[in-house]
Amino acid sequence: MREGTSVSRLHAHDLTLAYDERAVAVDLAVRIPDRSFTVVIGPNACGKSTLLKALARMLKPQQGAVYLDGAVIDTYRSKEVARRLGLLPQSAVAPGGITVGDLVARGRYPHQSLVRQWSSADEAVVADAMRLTGVADLADRMVDELSGGQRQRVWLAMVLAQQTPILLLDEPTTFLDIAHQLEVLDLCADLHTDRDHTVVAVLHDLNHACRYASHLIVMRPGGEIAAEGPPADVITAELVEDVFGLPCRVMDDPETAAPMIVPARRKARAATAVPAR
Amino acid sequence: MITGGVLRSRRPEVSLRIDHRAFTVTAVLLSLLAGTCVVALSTGEYPVPAREVLAALVGNGSPGMDFIVLELRLPRVLTAALTGAALAISGALMQSLTRNPLGSPDVVGFTNGSATGALVVIIVLDGSMMDIAFGALVGGVATAVVVYLLALRRGVEGFRFILVGIGVSAMLLAANSYLITRAAWQEGIEAQAWLIGTLNDVSWEHATVVGLTVAVLVPAALSQHRELALLEMGDAVAIALGVRVERARVVLIGASVTLSAVATAATGPIAFVALAAPQLARRLTRATSPGMMSSAAMGALLLTASDLAVQRVFAPALLPVGVATGSIGGLYLIWLLTTQWRGERP
Repeated sequence: MREGTSVSRLHAHDLTLAYDERAVAVDLAVRIPDRSFTVVIGPNACGKSTLLKALARMLKPQQGAVYLDGAVIDTYRSKEVARRLGLLPQSAVAPGGITVGDLVARGRYPHQSLVRQWSSADEAVVADAMRLTGVADLADRMVDELSGGQRQRVWLAMVLAQQTPILLLDEPTTFLDIAHQLEVLDLCADLHTDRDHTVVAVLHDLNHACRYASHLIVMRPGGEIAAEGPPADVITAELVEDVFGLPCRVMDDPETAAPMIVPARRKARAATAVPAR
Repeated sequence: MITGGVLRSRRPEVSLRIDHRAFTVTAVLLSLLAGTCVVALSTGEYPVPAREVLAALVGNGSPGMDFIVLELRLPRVLTAALTGAALAISGALMQSLTRNPLGSPDVVGFTNGSATGALVVIIVLDGSMMDIAFGALVGGVATAVVVYLLALRRGVEGFRFILVGIGVSAMLLAANSYLITRAAWQEGIEAQAWLIGTLNDVSWEHATVVGLTVAVLVPAALSQHRELALLEMGDAVAIALGVRVERARVVLIGASVTLSAVATAATGPIAFVALAAPQLARRLTRATSPGMMSSAAMGALLLTASDLAVQRVFAPALLPVGVATGSIGGLYLIWLLTTQWRGERP
């Protein structure tokens, strides 16, 4: 494994996360290994997106703190954080009538100021981000006119234009068909292997997570971390049944030899009386 | 790669983005505004040739012309242009912050709040002109605070803000009607006149107050212009890009509320300029970020032209300008509701 065992650039201690009174996670400690492709999985409402929000300072923890490069994340200036850590949220809205180039260019905001609105460096970085995500040919098209897969790549290009070593992606494959899901994940994998980015993604599909992640964080309801580590070490039939309530078999993926989860037949699942969630 | 042009200094520190289309639209609107102003200054009961209007403006006029142009007509024209600009910028900011064309200060109750403040001063406290303006200012700002607090729940979401605002607005309207029924006859007339919004008796004081407010708040709002554009993509994107969301919002809401409250205090509630001007400007510029300057130019032109129309078309009746903007704005609102809400963006 390439990721070191020393203190990572992004980690959190004793996190208590809550919306108003409803606690989502208590005493959570998490460490994102540097230069890893970390994937967070867990059943619905287990707090994976909430954890990502806390790591990206969208949600202030009620207790504990998130540390970026050794200091509490809130102590940095907002733009300083945005130069180190990028986030693609689920709820991004493209302004009506905006072109692909203009949207990607907005990712340069943390590097700009009132009098430095579009330097030649900005231009080079945006061009690079669009090339990498394969949207360079679409630069003058309207974002509204694009397909879901194209649009997701445009958003990724915007986050890449931010030039952050750490990227957080909240369910980047939602609403995409299987081929486009893999396309987005391939892109993330390239960022991780070729460009040394630390990528953290929340995913729903366990098999995608196992195939692409270098580091898995498995959360159970209540915001507790059930297991973490390389997929091959972490994923077992017992864990999946324990966390997701799904009896299954774990086999080797014939393509990649990563663990592959095959749900048990309906009868077998009904036999093990799983508490309904 | 990006739309528009870029102005760069030789050294890398300075580079400014220019939207050619927005620039052109603003320039055209401003020249139309200048033309309208000259017409408004030269026509009327005592026609003054345009040449003499210009002479008076640069300080070379005869005493008689100076009086007509500079004392009688110019305050009204300037107040109309500045109030229109203030309302339009106020509307542009609020519509952008709520991500909804209906999120303008006259829809979410700020204007009715100003009216309540003014009516309390007219009817209950029997105050002077300045007291009325102050009452309107306080009423508008207080309404904004109340709507904001009522809509606040883990951050303010645009649509909830608008719905709460419409509710508060309706209650204030009821309060306003009640206040008028309680008024003595003379005060009732005064209150009714104020409620429609008129430029009939504005003076240099009005122009100065609105002008100073615009001069202070518009640069403040412009300093947060890029942040406003990013906020339109959702708070999460804005925070992720490093926008100090709360600070930007406080500055922008503060500017919007104060602009609309001061404008309303000066002239009474003038309908629909805040709602329509930014939307019309945005359609002309086809910009993807809220254009404050183009909105301001559009608002100034709309109000100046409406005021000219009510003065000249309906003379000698002293028709309040709110009647003109109200009827134009009503048509616009219907058009907006029928086209926009059937279209892609709700």
